[in-house]
Amino acid sequence: MVETLNERILTGVPVSGGSALGVCYRPVEKRFTREKGSPAQEADALRNAVSRAGKELEELVAGLDQLAAEILEFQQVLLEDDDLLEPVFSRIENGESADAAWAVVLAGEIAEYRAADDEYMAARAADLGDLRERVLRALSGPQRADDGPPDGAIVVAGDLTPSAFLEMDWTRLAGAALGAGSATSHVSILARARGVTMVVGLGDIDAPDGEAVALDGRTGTMIVAPSHETRARFQEQISQEAGLKAEEAEIAGKPAVTRAGRKIRVLVNVDDPSILDGLDPEICDGIGLTRTEFLFSKGPPDEETQLQAYETIVRWAKGRPVTIRTLDAGGDKPVPGVTLDGEQNPFLGVRGLRLSLLDRPLFRVQLRAIARAARLGPVKMMVPMVTAPFELDEARAELDLALAELTGEGLAHARPECGIMIETPAAALTAEDWDADFYSIGSNDLIQYVTACARDNPNLAKLADARNPAVLELIARTVAAGKARGVEVSLCGDMASSPELVPLLLSLGLESFSVAPAQVGPVKLAIGSAEGDVANGD
Amino acid sequence: MSEAASNIEWITASALIVDETGLHARPAVKLTKLAKTFEASVEIRGEAQERWVNAKSPNAVMKLKAAYNTPLQIRASGPDAAAAAEALADLVERNFDG
Repeated sequence: MVETLNERILTGVPVSGGSALGVCYRPVEKRFTREKGSPAQEADALRNAVSRAGKELEELVAGLDQLAAEILEFQQVLLEDDDLLEPVFSRIENGESADAAWAVVLAGEIAEYRAADDEYMAARAADLGDLRERVLRALSGPQRADDGPPDGAIVVAGDLTPSAFLEMDWTRLAGAALGAGSATSHVSILARARGVTMVVGLGDIDAPDGEAVALDGRTGTMIVAPSHETRARFQEQISQEAGLKAEEAEIAGKPAVTRAGRKIRVLVNVDDPSILDGLDPEICDGIGLTRTEFLFSKGPPDEETQLQAYETIVRWAKGRPVTIRTLDAGGDKPVPGVTLDGEQNPFLGVRGLRLSLLDRPLFRVQLRAIARAARLGPVKMMVPMVTAPFELDEARAELDLALAELTGEGLAHARPECGIMIETPAAALTAEDWDADFYSIGSNDLIQYVTACARDNPNLAKLADARNPAVLELIARTVAAGKARGVEVSLCGDMASSPELVPLLLSLGLESFSVAPAQVGPVKLAIGSAEGDVANGD
Repeated sequence: MSEAASNIEWITASALIVDETGLHARPAVKLTKLAKTFEASVEIRGEAQERWVNAKSPNAVMKLKAAYNTPLQIRASGPDAAAAAEALADLVERNFDG
């Protein structure tokens, strides 16, 4: 109780959203309490939990490849190891609960594996840890069904995988605070797209389950056990933000114009057509980026599957331009059966268009699907991760071949415009030399390659700065190249979705922002309140 | 059981560990699974190790940390002891194949 008198302030990296107040919910480290029974009941409970854990593992293994299955097999056989279980049952016989006995024995084993001074043994300690948690969860049995986070909770974790993030119902949760991660990690991108209040890079978060927590998604501050004053301040902020949200919702439906009268295009980024459900196309000037990787999550999709997805998006846009990025696999986005294994440095490896040009049959299928969708409305094809102009020439030659095939087969199609992403310093510095129909600045990768800071390294989060003058210089040069060649320049990275960066980007001459759907209102509001003179900032 | 241990008659065998990673998880799993198919008590120990461990316990086998290119000693006692010792030695010699 003494602790609650002293609020603890943690500083991390802001990702998205505004102010949130809630109780801490730790999804992974969650502990369960159950009533202890007689020794006989406890022994039964353990036997049931072990058998349930075994069944779970069996089901899990059934869907895995051989390597993963073999790793889990070690856990399976441990559940049948009488020598391992014997001391647990003997502790239970002496009056310990099944939970406590199991946890203590496993903790001893884990410590022994860790102390083995052998990297391989130490790694097996993680298997034992995994097994310990699985059996503890199985022991909590029927309590598990209603064990999800309470409404309005703030999820606190060391890190969250994108799949764990997507499994949670964020309409019921107030926000997320992560120890690791950076503003450009995939889970951050997901949070921004859905308008979830999130702070990452907080380091060790000393907040137990159920503790009161305040979170500020704009400043990157987390306050554990907030004082009365802090709570009142956050309540105030939350109601102000609600008012602002209403304002943003209103402005989202109107065209974006700066105070100086410059008309700005605001487009949306799409990572999965399902994000368009319930989204009104009237709020945007089209789609500035369609990430097609979602189609490849289970390996390469066929032409019809791709065509259906692209058609859904083109139909949604109702005549507005739709930019479809060709497969941007590789780097931190491996695709089973497509990306190359064993690259020492995948971010500098065969990714984006480099991969498409290496696997021409795969590329051809995607180009055919894009060209066929283009018959329904203006479609722009965008190639990612390019370094030298001959890559665009090769992509165009492939497009020509795809179009010729479609003509030969009598399939309806149209030629899409063909533009490039500006992500490498080489492309930014030579933008004027490219015969591109448009440019789109991928600021996340551009920042990574200009500052030499990995996107997901929390230790570099402050160094991977969007405002680094070198980054801004390359954006300004790209905008100038586009003006000189009379083609559109947009920015589709996270910078465009950040209202606080809008005045800066306007001053660099940018007139087209492609943003996460949840950021259309905030970005339009920032545009409307910026002076918006070129090279004059705000 | 431990008091009777000294009176038990053991059938022994030995085999060289040829897996370069030593007796690790995958081989340990295979070895214990095979040992469990016999009724006999089966124990193993590494070279220069004093203590015998239960060959039917994956956890114990794992912690044995028997290393690459060292002989693994096997002993078995019970109705099918001879077959057990031979089968385990064979598995190790075959580099836990199959």
